[in-house]
Amino acid sequence: MDITRLVSTHRKLLLGGFLILILIFLATFPLYAKAYDVRVLTFILIYVVLAAGWAMFSGTTGYMSLAPAAFFGLGIYAMAILQHNLPFPLIIAIGGALSFAFAVLVGLVTLRLKGMYFAIFTFGLVVFMTEIVQYMETRLTGKHGQSIIPIDIETLFYIMVGVAVATVLVTYLIRRSRWGLAMLGIGGNEEAAEHMGVNTTRVKVFTFAVSSAFMGAAGVVAAPVLIYVNSNIAFSLYYSFLPIFMAILGGMGTAYGPVIGAVILGYLDTTLRSQLFNYFYLGFGTIMVLIIVFLPSGITGLVPLVQERIAKLTAKSRKGGQGQQHANT
Amino acid sequence: MGERVLSLIIVGVLQGGVYGLLAMGLSLQYGVCRVLNITHGEFVMLGAVLTYVLSSGLGLNPLLAPVILGPLLFGLGFLLQATLFRALKTRAPSLAAFEGNALLAAFGVLYIIEYVARISFGSTLMPSYYLSDRVSVLGMNFILNQFVTFGIALLLGVAVYLFLNRSRMGKAIRATAEDPGTAGLMGVNTNMILAFSFGLGALLAAVAGTLISTKTAVSTGMGFSNTVIALIVVVLGGLGSVPGSFVAGIMIGIVSQLVAGLWEPILTVPVYYAMLMLLLLVRPTGILGKK
Repeated sequence: MDITRLVSTHRKLLLGGFLILILIFLATFPLYAKAYDVRVLTFILIYVVLAAGWAMFSGTTGYMSLAPAAFFGLGIYAMAILQHNLPFPLIIAIGGALSFAFAVLVGLVTLRLKGMYFAIFTFGLVVFMTEIVQYMETRLTGKHGQSIIPIDIETLFYIMVGVAVATVLVTYLIRRSRWGLAMLGIGGNEEAAEHMGVNTTRVKVFTFAVSSAFMGAAGVVAAPVLIYVNSNIAFSLYYSFLPIFMAILGGMGTAYGPVIGAVILGYLDTTLRSQLFNYFYLGFGTIMVLIIVFLPSGITGLVPLVQERIAKLTAKSRKGGQGQQHANT
Repeated sequence: MGERVLSLIIVGVLQGGVYGLLAMGLSLQYGVCRVLNITHGEFVMLGAVLTYVLSSGLGLNPLLAPVILGPLLFGLGFLLQATLFRALKTRAPSLAAFEGNALLAAFGVLYIIEYVARISFGSTLMPSYYLSDRVSVLGMNFILNQFVTFGIALLLGVAVYLFLNRSRMGKAIRATAEDPGTAGLMGVNTNMILAFSFGLGALLAAVAGTLISTKTAVSTGMGFSNTVIALIVVVLGGLGSVPGSFVAGIMIGIVSQLVAGLWEPILTVPVYYAMLMLLLLVRPTGILGKK
C-alpha cells in the first residue's frame, strides 16, 4: 500500500485527526509551557487572526487592503478606553463591532470604485487613524498613551485560541459558500461577476467588514498583552504589513495557507525581531520580493506541485514494475 | 489676520510645488507602467539623505547633488522595472493580477531600500537645511529656500510636461501608456519605454528629495509619509495626469499650511483624507483626470 493512496482515500479522516491534535496541543499548552512561551504563542495567534482575516477579503477578491492595523488599533483603543467600565468579553464584542462599522463606512466610499483606489485609500488610512487618535487623546486626556491593566496570560491565550479558531472557521465556511464563489468571481473578473447577477459592492463591503471585525477583536485581546499603548504603537504600520507578508508566504489559495505563514513569520518575529532589528526587516523585504516573483501561490501552492511530482514518480515505478511482470510471464 | 492667511497661502503654494514634483513621478510610474509604486517615498528619502551625505561629507552644494543622484536613482528605477516588474508582468495572467503583484513586490522593495539605508546611515535626524536666510517680500517674512525649491520644481514640471507632449520619446511614452500592444506593433520598444518611464519617476523623486532636504531635517525613516502625500496628491489630480498632479500638489500645499498654521499641525493628514473621501464620492477620476 503506497502512501499517496492512503493519504488520498483517508484524506478527511487524517485532516480531522490533525486538527484535533492541534486543538489538543493548544488546549494543554499553558499547562506545561513557561509563561513566556504562552505569551509568544498568544502573539502568534494574534497574527493568525490578522493574516487569515486579511486573506479572507483581499486574497479572494484581489482588492488589496493595506490597512489591517487601522482595525487592529481600533480594537486596542476600544480596550484602552473601556477597560474600567465594561467586562472583558463585552469589550471584545464591541471592538469587533466598531471595526465592522468603520470598515463598512470605508468600504462604501472606496469599494464602489474599481482598480487601485482601494489600495491607495487604505494605504494612508493607518496614518489617518494614528494622527486623529493622537489628537483626540491629547485633547481629552492631556497625555499621549494609555496603560492597560494586565490580564492573566493564560486567560488571554485561551480567548485568543477562540478568536483564531473562529476566524479560520469563518474563512473556511465563506470559501465553501455561494458567497465565497461570488468573491472568487470578483477576483477573477469583476464585470463578468456583475453580469452573472452578483451584487459586487455588497459582497465586497460585507466581506471587508467581517474580516475587519476579527482584526478589531484581536486588537482588544492584544491590548493587555502589550500593557502600554499609544497611537503609534496601536496603529503601527508593522501590523498592516506583517499580516500581508504572512498570508502571501503561506499562500492564499486555501483557508489554512495564511495560518501556516502566520505561524512561521510570527515565530521568527517574536524571537528574532528584537535581536536582529534592521537586518530582520531587510531579510523580510528580500524574502517578500523573492516569494512574489518565484512562488506567487505561497508555501501551500507547492503542495499540488509536490503531489503531482510524487504521483508521476509512483506511476512511473508502477509502470516499470508491470513491465517487468509482463516480461516474466 | 488677513495678512497671516495670505502669507500662509503663499508659503503653501511654494510648498505645493515640491508636492507636485513628488506626485508627478508617481503618476508617471502608475500611468505608464501600471505599477502603484509605494516605494516612491523611499526614493525621495534616498535623494534627501544622500544629498545630506554628499553635502556634509564632500562639501558639495546641495542643489548640485541631483546631478549625481539623478542618474544614480534613474538607473535604480530603470533596473527595477527592467528586471522585477517586467518579470512579474510576463508571468501575470491579467493586468489586474499584475497590478496586485506589483504592489506587493513594491512592499518588499520598500523594506529593502529603507533598511539598507538605515543600516548604512543610521536612523537619526540629519540637519540638512540650506539657504535658510529670511527674506521679506511685501512686508511678509519668507525663507529663501521656499522660493528656490518652488522655482526648481516648477521648471522641472514644465520640462517634463513639454518632454511628454512635444518630443518623439514623449510620444512613445504616451502611446505605451495608452495601449502597449499597439505601440509595440508600431515599432515602439515598449520594454525600454517602461523602464525609462520608471527611471524618470525615480529621478523626479530624487530631485524632490533634494529639495525637501533644504527645507527640513531628513532621516532614513521619512519615506513613508512622503509616499502617503504623493499618493493623495496623485489621486486628487487624477491617476496618470501630469498637470493634474501639479495643480493638486499646490492645493495640498495650501491646505497643509492653512491647517497647520491656523488649526493643528497633526490634523493635516486627516484633512487630506477628508478631501480625498469627498473627491472620491463626487468625482472619482480626480480633478483633471480623464475618462
